[in-house]
Amino acid sequence: MEIRLNGITHAYGDTAVLRDISLAVPSGKIVCIVGPSGCGKSTLLRLMGGLEQPSEGEILQMGDAPSGCLNPLTYIFQDFALLPWRSVRGNVSLVLEDHNLPKAEVNRIISDVLARTKLTDFANALPKQLSGGMKQRVAIARALAVNPAVMLMDEPLSALDSQTRELLMDDLIALWTRTPFTAIYVTHNLAEAVRLGHSIVVLSRRPGEIREIVHLDQPLSERHFGDATLEERQHYLWSLMRDEARAADAELLDV
Amino acid sequence: MSETAHTRPVRFRGGGFAPKPNRKIGIVVFVVLILLAEIGTRNGFISALTLPKPSDVLGTFAELYQSGLLWKHLIPSLSRLAVGACLGVIVGVGTGILIGLFSHIRAGLVPLVAAIFPIPKIALLPLFVIWFGIDEGSKYALIAFGTFTPTVVATYGAVDNVDRGLIRMGQSFGLSWMSIVRKIVLPGAMPGILSGLRISLAIAIILLVAAEMLGAEYGIGAYILEAGSLYDLERLFAGVVILSVLGVLVSAAIGLIERRLLNWRV
Ligand SMILES: Nc1ncnc2c1ncn2[C@@H]1O[C@H](COP(=O)(O)OP(=O)(O)OP(=O)(O)O)[C@@H](O)[C@H]1O
Ligand SMILES: [Mg+2]
Repeated sequence: MEIRLNGITHAYGDTAVLRDISLAVPSGKIVCIVGPSGCGKSTLLRLMGGLEQPSEGEILQMGDAPSGCLNPLTYIFQDFALLPWRSVRGNVSLVLEDHNLPKAEVNRIISDVLARTKLTDFANALPKQLSGGMKQRVAIARALAVNPAVMLMDEPLSALDSQTRELLMDDLIALWTRTPFTAIYVTHNLAEAVRLGHSIVVLSRRPGEIREIVHLDQPLSERHFGDATLEERQHYLWSLMRDEARAADAELLDV
Repeated sequence: MSETAHTRPVRFRGGGFAPKPNRKIGIVVFVVLILLAEIGTRNGFISALTLPKPSDVLGTFAELYQSGLLWKHLIPSLSRLAVGACLGVIVGVGTGILIGLFSHIRAGLVPLVAAIFPIPKIALLPLFVIWFGIDEGSKYALIAFGTFTPTVVATYGAVDNVDRGLIRMGQSFGLSWMSIVRKIVLPGAMPGILSGLRISLAIAIILLVAAEMLGAEYGIGAYILEAGSLYDLERLFAGVVILSVLGVLVSAAIGLIERRLLNWRV
């Protein structure tokens, strides 16, 4: 399934947040969105998933979701958004319960996604017993359980320490390599963007406009920590963003 | 820096602010107070008109138990409490959730609840008698009404405090409205609802006595009021002790529910 944005403009009251964003997210690719703080990245993601409506423009999903897809547009949140009163298994089953699946099928899906995210041994643990990295893996397992056509990820790794982040990036790459999924990945972190993105959308400061779209052809499985070409791309992205980021920072001080 | 002069362990300053359960201390407080009263009344330090002897109160209580009158008073009271409090709590939690979820209901009901809350419900007793009859109806209504308002206020506050991020998560996974309320809003509001329940149920016990002021032949409240009008301090205190025990039991029951239901809290 593809997502296409046509001339998206959005404002909260008098504050223009996004201006004329047109973008296509091709099937089976990861598109990263980077931009200075407050430029409307999270807003853009909420618009794409139908949690908010844009002031202008349209968001289209093109093509049907694959069969067996329970929730075509699925989020992974920065703060995990796990129900603290449900176990790991319960958190995953939450998103399956409204679909009237046979019990055996539900159990099969849960065991499958927990195995894929290496959480089988923690199925009965409560979120308070898990580390940050594990919590985000539970959130990833929950997203995988509905077999999404498009994953919408809002800084999924930024609440984690850098080692855990590396490990989870490897996990994401392994998951994608096994079955490529479509994803929009919002991040602050340019290193994440060059590791995971097939293309990287650079937004300007608020109101967010597309400054440039950088394409990376290297296959995900061949991108490694500290790769020289990736470093070079990362520097290039930073050179695009630096002035915007500085200006955005000064702007926040004016408020 | 010189080792000897300034070497000392870092002072611990992280203690406190984390009360741990300790039943023994609670019991000791009760025992000491009762013993003081007993000693004081025995040696005349406290006059018999000020306070009855705890041992006499115990005697009265034993008498009450042996004569079978205890159950005769206790059972109607407990059923009034149960029916009234259940009604008030169920309607209160329901209304609180509606107020928490719908802006129109909130706009309409919050001022109304604020207007009803400070009315001493006892003052409305005559009205209740006219509306619901002199029998059980008015007693249920009084207790229900008294528990309703604090429950509503606690519940909608608790719903307001449910993490919006979790609700958004539910919506983003396409959960039905009912599922979101049942599986996210209600459990998320449960800590607030339960602590509100502690207050509402204590109020229910207070109102029980008020409800039995009118036309109740049997009941703890009726028993206390009768003893009071005769200045029979032993019986008065025996009745009061029953109410206190009731309060402690209710509070313990809520504590138990909290431990079972809220073990997910960090
Ligand atoms: N619900 C809202 N109501 C009003 N203003 C909002 C709302 N949500 C976001 N904004 C404003 O819109 C702008 C963009 O917010 P958004 O969260 O999309 O930025 P972001 O790019 O995700 O920032 P960050 O990198 O800090 O996460 C900000 O100035 C924010 O104050
Ligand atoms: Mg954001």
